[in-house]
Amino acid sequence: MLALENVTKVYRTGALGLRKLIAVSEVSFEIGEREIVALIGESGSGKTTIGKMILRLFRPTSGVIRFEGKDIFSLRGPALKDYYRQVQGVFQDPFASYNPIFKADRVFALIREEFYPRIRRSAWEQRVEEALRAVGLNPSDVLGKYPHQLSGGQLQRFLIARALLLDIRLLVADEIISMLDASTRIDVLNLLGDLRDRGLSILFITHDLSLGYYISDRSIVLYRGRIVEMGATERIYARPLHPYTEMLMESIPRIDGRWGATSHRVERSAVLPGAFGCVYYPRCPIAQEICARRVPELAEVEAGHFVACHVRGGASSSAG
Amino acid sequence: MALRVENLRIYYRTLRGYVHAVEGATFSVGDGEIMGLAGESGCGKTTLGHSLIYLKPPMAYIEGRVFLDGRELPIWDMDRMNEFRFRHISIIPQYAMNALNPTRRIGSLIADLLATRGIDFRQILPELQRRLDLVQLSQEVLKRYPFELSGGMRQRVVMLISTLLNPSLLIADEITSALDVSTQRAVCEMIVEFRNRGFVRSTIFITHDMSILYQIADTILVMYAGQLAEKAPVETIFRSPRHPYTRMLIASLPRVGARQRVERLKGIPGSPPPLLDPPPGCRFRDRCPLAFERCQEPPPFVEVEPGHFVACWREI
Repeated sequence: MLALENVTKVYRTGALGLRKLIAVSEVSFEIGEREIVALIGESGSGKTTIGKMILRLFRPTSGVIRFEGKDIFSLRGPALKDYYRQVQGVFQDPFASYNPIFKADRVFALIREEFYPRIRRSAWEQRVEEALRAVGLNPSDVLGKYPHQLSGGQLQRFLIARALLLDIRLLVADEIISMLDASTRIDVLNLLGDLRDRGLSILFITHDLSLGYYISDRSIVLYRGRIVEMGATERIYARPLHPYTEMLMESIPRIDGRWGATSHRVERSAVLPGAFGCVYYPRCPIAQEICARRVPELAEVEAGHFVACHVRGGASSSAG
Repeated sequence: MALRVENLRIYYRTLRGYVHAVEGATFSVGDGEIMGLAGESGCGKTTLGHSLIYLKPPMAYIEGRVFLDGRELPIWDMDRMNEFRFRHISIIPQYAMNALNPTRRIGSLIADLLATRGIDFRQILPELQRRLDLVQLSQEVLKRYPFELSGGMRQRVVMLISTLLNPSLLIADEITSALDVSTQRAVCEMIVEFRNRGFVRSTIFITHDMSILYQIADTILVMYAGQLAEKAPVETIFRSPRHPYTRMLIASLPRVGARQRVERLKGIPGSPPPLLDPPPGCRFRDRCPLAFERCQEPPPFVEVEPGHFVACWREI
């Protein structure tokens, strides 16, 4: 359904935009029908940038993003509107998505103005109520209120309901759980699973690995703008191949076991790694000489399981 | 007993009246104990932590006493507390790592801070260098400006600074919440290491993340809507919690290995009551499946077995 092909995003920073920051580097992956793909990475890994490029908020520096085969940046007029009918996003901070001086349900009115100007009021109200029920809210409890009168979980569901008013097929969910309390976050997560079962695809951007594991079908692990590993979620968690993924798995605070020993390093100084070689080289416990010189390609080590590592994924070595 | 808190009541003064943020908290933290303080946003955990060291308006002291190493802390007196701050009791507020003065190098920043306590930077430098090594920060960090360091490195610097004078009590408020998992782990392991080496006697680790507490805490105190709900050793909180809120909270946590398609977890329906003029009795009762008439009265925080305290009429 959605495909990224060699997508790279370079930000210009510093005075006069002279410094370059490569946020996303040659990223390719696909999202199919009815699947939840978890995009996992630490801050600065480029996961949010990828989400924003899919929503056309940023344009890639190079590479193509296709939806149903068409380059999304070539869409104009009705075709573009049609894209937004099918692809929508929800972001991390629910309070920042609303204008506090208007009632929260204004987000629905805006959808009506923009996409359904001809629909009758009563028919529209019915659709809004259906969408609210679909996200587990009771319309009479939440309609007509201001954002500060609703909880974070309610506001986040509001935004999902807003997306459901369209003929949505892909939802970009960027850290939508992280500001919610434990007792409500699991319900929002379950909602995503239910929507997937009803035919929606979701790009679930997260830094929380337990949440990613709970809900996703496939996982993509990013480190400093590059995909280091991707594949079926269960495989990646049970048998991580890339040393970075391995370190992430070792670092998850679990509630069924304590942290064991780790051989991985934390950053010692402010010096950034060189431009050549593997992005994980400075922290990698199994790095070899080649890792400093050449960027490893993403290679398929078993059906659907890709890893970018000279040691664990290269053609010259066995994968295990 | 390093810290003893008795019937502490802290409200917020607002134009519409008092917000009952901490309602009669009684508990203690032992020598060498890392106590996790957990609960949802707005439950009063941060207020409780801050009131022990820096009780500034609109926070209002209503009643209660606090003892640290047997000495009473005059928490209601901002000036007299100065004698205790940094030397005996230290805090790492949330987002502290983003509050370092950007115009000062880390080293000068530490020197300035020590000067306010009449301590010479050069005298403490060898110890500082030893501790930098311990947390795997290179010495050159002292010559850097805060913005030259990553978030994780700044957080480690903040932790070093706040524990430099070996306080009896360290209050760490959500110090892991904006960090990546690998850095989170490093920071957590520092907390344990600092306790083991005696840099800090006791720690109150405030977080909403129960899984972090499972990794590092000795005991967990769960708060709900300004009231203490339960305190117990960490295994007890996770394996045999007695307060209905704790039970539902633990049950809603995804474990690695739990998948929605296999095992569907449930949240807690409803939301906490407003703390401006809260209803009498147990504040969890509207969301509690076990609530009965008696819950209209506030439940006492009772020791049901050694070291295990619960505030629930069903458990008494």
